[in-house]
Amino acid sequence: MNTDRLIDMLSTNLEPVKDGQLWKALSWAIVIGLMAAFGVMLVCFGIRNDLAAGNHSGALVLKTVFALSFVGTGAAFLTKSIIPGQQAGHRLALIFLPFFAASAATLAMVVRQPALASGGMIEGAAAALCLFCIPFLAIIPFALLIWAMRRGAPTDLRRSGAVAGLVAGAIGAAVYSFSCPSDSWVFVFLGYSGAVALCSIIGAQLGPRLLRW
Amino acid sequence: MDQAHPSEQELRELMITGLEGDGAAHRTLLERLSGHLRGYFKHRFARIGHGPTEAEDLMQEALIAIHTRRHTYDRSQPLTPWVYAIARYKFLDYLRRTKASVRDVPIEDASEIVAHDDAVSIDSDLDLERLMAGLSSKARQAIQCVKLDGLSVREAAEKCGMSESAIKVSVHRGLRALTVLISRESRA
Repeated sequence: MNTDRLIDMLSTNLEPVKDGQLWKALSWAIVIGLMAAFGVMLVCFGIRNDLAAGNHSGALVLKTVFALSFVGTGAAFLTKSIIPGQQAGHRLALIFLPFFAASAATLAMVVRQPALASGGMIEGAAAALCLFCIPFLAIIPFALLIWAMRRGAPTDLRRSGAVAGLVAGAIGAAVYSFSCPSDSWVFVFLGYSGAVALCSIIGAQLGPRLLRW
Repeated sequence: MDQAHPSEQELRELMITGLEGDGAAHRTLLERLSGHLRGYFKHRFARIGHGPTEAEDLMQEALIAIHTRRHTYDRSQPLTPWVYAIARYKFLDYLRRTKASVRDVPIEDASEIVAHDDAVSIDSDLDLERLMAGLSSKARQAIQCVKLDGLSVREAAEKCGMSESAIKVSVHRGLRALTVLISRESRA
């Protein structure tokens, strides 16, 4: 094929391009992902039944905000990761800001009240359960995010996949907090962080296959 | 950005005007970029012992990618790093799919893309008619009418019996599908 002919073809009847398409697609993916995951949670796990009494609303808010803060920091990098030439480089560490803040808080709590760390077998089981439930709830949000990201042009597929996994995992965690039976912060912290990290690793593995263009 | 290349400003203006729908500016942009990309890929390929035809194939693939992904360009940012990131991605993708060694690809800086310019065009191994045969009939018809025969979207819609928005979507999807077909071709 002659290059002049190709250029002719590409510039004939050119359509103007609207600004902000990528941002819009990603926002929709996150919003619909949140709603879909919430629906799946209602059907598969159900809202914790003692929640209506309002006894545990403090713990719930803490868990939800912790998870949503990952969605917030992750989303900023999602947009960047699908624009060529804007990979954030070392600033990617900012994504872990909520994690570092929460680990510092947890460490402080455990140092003050070591009893918190020995919550017993039941809490340990709850943490293990969320390692399964959160990635499960993250499936639909992950698929939606990949759909939105494929409209962009990711150039580092592994990293973009990892960020998508992280945001999807965080959406799963935020939704799971409505069902999660544990109020022990130490276990919630370990379980949620572990589950989100797991989602991110899976995302990094899938990225090169799903995001290639 | 340290030293911006003198052509950065011009290329960026062409890009922005093209994004607003100016076909002539878009054509000039693609012509200029094709020279830079050809030089860049030839240079890269020479180092790993590949010939100019492969460089031309990949340059055309990158050109279509630049066209179909131009909505990802942020108008407030410089253009060169955006083009360079796409060119580098396409080069690495080429190495991956042809199983060439990725080890000897250094991380250059973005100014390398404008440092090369090569206006000597040769025909690539890609055959547009054969590639088009791999598209869905809708996309093939839409591209034929709007992009090759130069009919307006409205005329094409009447001729193909599709709505105007269906034509636009088919053209867009068809061009994106073309890059996939091209990359499959060079893997074989």
